[in-house]
Amino acid sequence: MNEKIKKVSRHINQNEGLIFEKSSPGKRAFELPPLDVPAADPTKALGANHRREGVEGFPEVSEIEVIRHFTRLSTWNHAIDLGMYPLGSCTMKYNPRVNEFVARLEGIATEHPYQPQELSQGCLKILRLLEKCLLEITGMDAITLQPAAGAQGEMTGLLLIRAYLQKQGNPRKKVLIPDSAHGTNPATAVIAGYEVENIKSESHGQIDVEKLREQVTRDVAALMLTNPSTLGIFEQRIAEIAEILHAKGALLYMDGANMNALTGVTRPGDLGVDVMHLNLHKTFSTPHGGGGPGAGPVAMKKILEPFRPVPILVEKESGRLALEPVRPDSIGKVKAFSGNFGVLVRALAYILAYGPGVRQATEDAVLNANYIRKQLAGVYELPYSLPSMHEVVFSDAIQKKNGVNTMDIAKRLIDYGFHPYTTAFPLIVAGAMMIEPTESESKEECDQFIDAMKSIAEEAAANPELVKTAPHTTRVRRLDEVGAARKPVLRWKPASPRSEAAG
Amino acid sequence: MAYPKNYRYTKEHEWIDVKGDLATIGITDHAQHELGDVVFVELPKPGAKIEAGKSFGTVESVKAVSEIYAPAAGEVLEANGELHNTPEKINSDPHGAAWLIKVRLSNPAAVSNLMDAAAYEAYIAEKGKETSA
Amino acid sequence: MRYLPKSPAERQEMLAAIGAKSIDELFSSIPERFRLREALKIPGPYSEAEIIQYFKDRAAENSNGYTSFLGAGVYNHLRSVVTDTIILRGEFLTSYTPYQAEISQGTLQAIFEFQTLMSQLTGQEVANASMYDGSTAMTEAVLMAERLTGRQRVLVARSVHPEYRDVLKTYAKNSGLLVEEIPFAANGTVDQQKLKGALKDDVAAVVVQSPNFFGVIEPYAPLAESAHASGAMFVVAITEAVSLGLLRPPSEADIVAMEGQSFGLAPSYGGPFAGVIASRDKFVRQMPGRLAGQTTDSQGRRGFVLTLATREQHIRREKATSNICTNQALCALAATVHLTLLGKEGLREMAEQNLSKAHFAISELLKVPGVRRTFDAPFFNEFTIELPRSVKIVNSQLSREKIIGPFALGTPYPELTKHALVCVTETTPRAEIERFAGALKRALEQPV
Repeated sequence: MNEKIKKVSRHINQNEGLIFEKSSPGKRAFELPPLDVPAADPTKALGANHRREGVEGFPEVSEIEVIRHFTRLSTWNHAIDLGMYPLGSCTMKYNPRVNEFVARLEGIATEHPYQPQELSQGCLKILRLLEKCLLEITGMDAITLQPAAGAQGEMTGLLLIRAYLQKQGNPRKKVLIPDSAHGTNPATAVIAGYEVENIKSESHGQIDVEKLREQVTRDVAALMLTNPSTLGIFEQRIAEIAEILHAKGALLYMDGANMNALTGVTRPGDLGVDVMHLNLHKTFSTPHGGGGPGAGPVAMKKILEPFRPVPILVEKESGRLALEPVRPDSIGKVKAFSGNFGVLVRALAYILAYGPGVRQATEDAVLNANYIRKQLAGVYELPYSLPSMHEVVFSDAIQKKNGVNTMDIAKRLIDYGFHPYTTAFPLIVAGAMMIEPTESESKEECDQFIDAMKSIAEEAAANPELVKTAPHTTRVRRLDEVGAARKPVLRWKPASPRSEAAG
Repeated sequence: MAYPKNYRYTKEHEWIDVKGDLATIGITDHAQHELGDVVFVELPKPGAKIEAGKSFGTVESVKAVSEIYAPAAGEVLEANGELHNTPEKINSDPHGAAWLIKVRLSNPAAVSNLMDAAAYEAYIAEKGKETSA
Repeated sequence: MRYLPKSPAERQEMLAAIGAKSIDELFSSIPERFRLREALKIPGPYSEAEIIQYFKDRAAENSNGYTSFLGAGVYNHLRSVVTDTIILRGEFLTSYTPYQAEISQGTLQAIFEFQTLMSQLTGQEVANASMYDGSTAMTEAVLMAERLTGRQRVLVARSVHPEYRDVLKTYAKNSGLLVEEIPFAANGTVDQQKLKGALKDDVAAVVVQSPNFFGVIEPYAPLAESAHASGAMFVVAITEAVSLGLLRPPSEADIVAMEGQSFGLAPSYGGPFAGVIASRDKFVRQMPGRLAGQTTDSQGRRGFVLTLATREQHIRREKATSNICTNQALCALAATVHLTLLGKEGLREMAEQNLSKAHFAISELLKVPGVRRTFDAPFFNEFTIELPRSVKIVNSQLSREKIIGPFALGTPYPELTKHALVCVTETTPRAEIERFAGALKRALEQPV
């Protein structure tokens, strides 16, 4: 490896088996306070339902073994706290610790969703303030905080559209989705009961507006648009696109995954968007936690307000806040209770930390992406010439000539101490490399990333095998995904002559 | 790998081997090569009807799923049970042991409209030029 | 701003390197008329101390100092501080979805352990890496049954959690599913006669919850038999996961949908929680959500990867088994740590304490004149009582004594207006149970 790169060196980490492999009967990691009431007899109370033996196979270990087990496991992970994740459209920004602190406060973490509303005014105020802030940021009229993630937000948005059109007499049949869209878009459209019709991008990666004009008929309920697109490029004709849809009674849905390029600079509501979702675990800093939890609030124009999921947060004359469980036109509920409240708390804490200054975060995100774009243009191929916003998409076309593809380059980036960028997406770019640094990266980290990418390009030319067999420095090498899919092993089973014979 | 001369081929990379009104159907070497290591195959049950040009099953790799399109219409007599446990046969022997289904054709004559081995080899050579251009 | 690692000088350097005169140039692709001239009208910026103060002020406006007897799908259980110690580690908290397996082995092994624990608990063969919560897990289980059977009707017990049924209805409306409700019998369990009457060969799934919303334990065997006899799948929803420490699991079920909140997740006003979906190996390709699988690397070392991804949205797109992408990974990790701490004996002991506390509570409450037991059936840590007057009025009286009373069943079940669902867990001290009984007695002695 290039000796100039000082970001990482090898470090020892420990082996650790499965917790079940460390288990031994009689070990305890947790004790309960003694029972202060007469013990009930489970057999008498439960009869045939009594599970006499406890859960078979459950581990029995001590507290220190639990701490060591999970601590060791944690050292095998990359994390934002360690370094950059240049993953396009994931917005892997810093997860502020004060967010964790406030979400755990007594009186915040402890509240039950069914407790009397007079005893929940604190929770309801948090929800109300978050609603107001997100409406101001998006330029919309109404919002629901119920969806648990972006995909659920997309579904909610489409159900709102469906209910609105249904009320007018015809829910329509199709949803238009660009070929550059994230997979949740078509998957969601189908769940909402719509057919998916693809709309092609033109040569600059933007929506082909002339094609759109032809494709928008009275059978089309909506266009699902990501803006900026998954190429990181602002959809410049968005106002026209909205007009074309509205003229035929269709609506414009915006996938808000790339909101990190827009917050404080422009508002989707002003661009003609009718309904959109936000990813709080992207733009609003709530932690990814290895895959969730997230939250996907849906903001909308007035016309869709009556169809919002219940309960609805209202402000009474007295100033009291209340959750109203009934609305005649509501689409119902998409999730029990009021959404991922703990995630909503974290997002509000993030917004309060920045205030109106949140625009600076957007500016720094766009600055970082463009800085990287400028330094790597020519080293990697730029398939689209339009300006990038908060993310830039390269392709592996130059390196492919030596048989090195985007996946190989991504894996080699690991050896340099970075998490890979998004590979092979969006689908419209062959050999895509989608890079989103976010505003959380310092100039130093960006420079190290650029140096690493330049070094890998040199390696791809001079020593392609090195790149194609990367990573070289991780505790496991490339894993056999084919075997894992052919003969899935999805749980641990105790080794016993009986279970081995059973296969 | 050679393309058997007595088979016929579709643009979606299926092959069909006809004997009277019975036929065996599979995917070509080109198809398995594009797909990569096959991990799973989904096939119709005996008795199912297949329609020319319509999908009758899927072949999966780790990262992709491909539909399999029927070269001709008919009724499924047998699906290759071995592929459930050894889907990798599709990669090693796509034209032989990894046949997918055996059918009774409703219109055996229609098969002659499909490409023969020479035409298919020319077709994939042409496609190869297009993608690298 | 403390979250932004750039000095003004560095910003200038970077702009110069790009060849831009100002940051505004980088936004030139946004049409002029859409660019905001004024700052957003939102509160802040707040220092760390001000943020903390804001939330402390909100916390003070909630239910501090009250003892709660609420369950109804969200439960107060002991949580070890060790759980937060682990999940607050940056390598778990701030890591991404484990698509790049080589640098996510920590997350992947933990998911594999979670999947194992959930399978063991529920008596099923395989479980996924989590769903949003119990309500969406149940809904996805029904959609899975629809795909597997090719049928359109679903029979759901009315004693399943009302919000779970609401969520199912919202999803069902758009997938052509016909959802019908099966009433409960006099003893609070599913009315088996009505169920048999409704079962025809067009039913995809029979869905029951146990313990059900009234706290009553359902008999799995006859219900499963009826469902299977007409080719329907038997789906069991579980809202109180601790019950599985003492109750035999629904091994007759084809799919189990569970809420994992009871395992180390704070009530947090309704979320985030951890949904679980568990089923048989033969159905795994129709399961929604992520799955971690064991494999080896090129040197033969054991490792873990996300697998069977062709079911999911990022590959299958419109033909995916679900649209789910982000799930509840960190919550599932918390549950994994929690269950590892409790272990086999700890979970059983916790469940036994719940059983004992609830049975003690019911005997104390039944001593109060006018209070009757609603359902004569076995229960775990929740039970239903009948009061001689409106539950809402009684609860406002209890509130004056700093007690959050039991869930009023009248809204979701209009025929049960005078009935209330009481939950008692291992966290409720005996003195508080006795105080509750005393307060209830006083409340009922008040003139109407």
